[in-house]
Amino acid sequence: MSIWEYANPVKFMRSSGAALPWIVGAAVICTVGGVAWGFLTPEDYRQGSTVKIVFLHVPAAMMAINIWVMMLVASLIWLIRRHHVSALAAKAAAPIGAVMTLIALATGAIWGQPMWGTWWEWDPRLTSFLILLLFYIGYIALWSAVEDADSAADLTGVLCLVGSVFALLSRYAVLFWNQGLHQGASLSVAPGERMSAIYRYPLYLSMLGFFLLFLALLLIRTRTEIRRRRLAALQAKEARA
Amino acid sequence: MIALLIRDLRLATRAGGGFGLAVAFFLILCALVPFGVGPDTSALRPIAPGILWLGALLACLLSLDRIFALDYEDGSLDLLATAPLPLEGVVAVKALAHWITTMLPLVVAAPLFGLLLHLPAQAVPWLIISLLIGTPAMSMLGAFGAAVTVGLRRGGLLLSLLVLPLYIPTLIFGTEVIRRGQEGGDPATPLLFLAGITTGVIALIPFAAAAALRINLR
Amino acid sequence: MSLLTVHDLAVSRGGLRAVEGVSFSLDAGQALILRGPNGVGKTTLLRTIAGLQPAVQGRMDMAEDAVAYAAHADGLKTTLTVAENLRFWAAVFGRRDILPALQAMDLTALEDRPAGSLSAGQKRRLGLARVLVSGRPIWVLDEPTVSLDAESVTRFAAVIRDQLAHGGAALIATHIDLGLTEAAVLDLTACRARPGATHRPAGFNEAFA
Repeated sequence: MSIWEYANPVKFMRSSGAALPWIVGAAVICTVGGVAWGFLTPEDYRQGSTVKIVFLHVPAAMMAINIWVMMLVASLIWLIRRHHVSALAAKAAAPIGAVMTLIALATGAIWGQPMWGTWWEWDPRLTSFLILLLFYIGYIALWSAVEDADSAADLTGVLCLVGSVFALLSRYAVLFWNQGLHQGASLSVAPGERMSAIYRYPLYLSMLGFFLLFLALLLIRTRTEIRRRRLAALQAKEARA
Repeated sequence: MIALLIRDLRLATRAGGGFGLAVAFFLILCALVPFGVGPDTSALRPIAPGILWLGALLACLLSLDRIFALDYEDGSLDLLATAPLPLEGVVAVKALAHWITTMLPLVVAAPLFGLLLHLPAQAVPWLIISLLIGTPAMSMLGAFGAAVTVGLRRGGLLLSLLVLPLYIPTLIFGTEVIRRGQEGGDPATPLLFLAGITTGVIALIPFAAAAALRINLR
Repeated sequence: MSLLTVHDLAVSRGGLRAVEGVSFSLDAGQALILRGPNGVGKTTLLRTIAGLQPAVQGRMDMAEDAVAYAAHADGLKTTLTVAENLRFWAAVFGRRDILPALQAMDLTALEDRPAGSLSAGQKRRLGLARVLVSGRPIWVLDEPTVSLDAESVTRFAAVIRDQLAHGGAALIATHIDLGLTEAAVLDLTACRARPGATHRPAGFNEAFA
């Protein structure tokens, strides 16, 4: 059996329906657990209690980027292999990604106020996320503007490809434009300055939680989209008969 | 292809073609800025390159929907798609026509409007060079946005929403060229980046735009 | 010699199959008239054959760049003159001489008028002259006689006959009698797609039906 069989709507509905309660449960446990554990960690000697927002900020930022990558992969699968569920999954993921980007921006602003003394700084990372948000908004707007579902799927797929290239390009252009205040990556494989373990493990847990949360929301939204398409299909069939 | 270029240029310059509207808009924008920020040289001079680039960008944006919308409405686009021209070529030619009729006048007018904003004389050559190199990318990306939104009834606003984020790299490097040129720095690096983006866009975007057109035509 | 062979073609509109199982063959010198009630899928079929949209299934055999397509919209620019409009399309198809087409569609007197000042029927004649200057063998015409007067219809039928005599072919969707008695007729009503499970869905509406 190949993985492509899950692209069949009926099969997808059956298996995702069975898996959904478990994923939702795990997502709630990991997210709540990770954030709560993070809240109980001791205060950082430099950043004080503000450091605790990291358990929301970093997972949201990570998912904001990863969801766009997932949309890119889903769009490619749609454009190349024409699996309808894939196009709908990309559509379903976009608002979740936009919200993740918003969370990352908002928590960043709240964190930045005490640390840098300003709510907003045109720092390369913040700016990149703002640009990413613009791309999410454009993508969502295009989906809702095109009436014909097949054209909408194709056009947003093309837009996602072009947008990915330009999102990446903007990321480096912004780096060129302004060197920032933002601290380096919170988690890094390079030795040297690393987070201590008391912060790292709750962060891992809440990152896992955010990933599962995304998966759960994605499945729910994709299932809704499939049902909506099915409704439209039945209506179209009835109008024809 | 040359016939198409000549036709588009002729259409733009005939009555109702909208030739020169973009320059007029550019002028109004540059004239309004001092009312917003005050007439002081010290206030205007640092923002002059940015305003000139933004003005060119917005003037470009206003004229984008004409690239394909008129041909879509009167059926020419259907006929061009069945003609022996590759659709990618049609996109490239129409973007070129847009550049010649809309962006080139802006490039010519920009130094003049720079006077209004107290742009220092040593920045003027860099202004012209950066606009000359950057604006073709703006026309081509605009053609892509126009191709994506051509079938939509109220595509204008959506077009801006889709195209403006794509202009960010060009805008960043374009203004950086002028800033460095103005301060006596080395503008070669941003200039090369700008040229790189423009060549990449000209090479690849016609394919994406033609794909979007095919989707919208079927 | 067959210019166009269509085998078991299915085309879709709005994500649903419109017609399926369409098969016919057009030889040089033949004309085929498509009939069927409104909405059966004549326009969709013609657009598919012209290459504007992909077929859902089936095969179309024809030489590359053989089709000249004309639809409801004539693709005219109102600010250009009749001759300028026609010369442009001739150049697109790699040809120069527009005089025969102007004469055939009785447009010589209007040559220097801007296309915007023409009447609906005159515009239509100009749109059909565009098909002539393409120099392509297969004409795919969607309701070519809309807004033409009786005299122009007769004139146009003669133009088609001339094209057929020179080894061309024509595929025409029309409701009125063109007077082309030799043309074969294909009624698409029989090919109307039956809803049901299909192996290759035409779009979202079939994939989820």
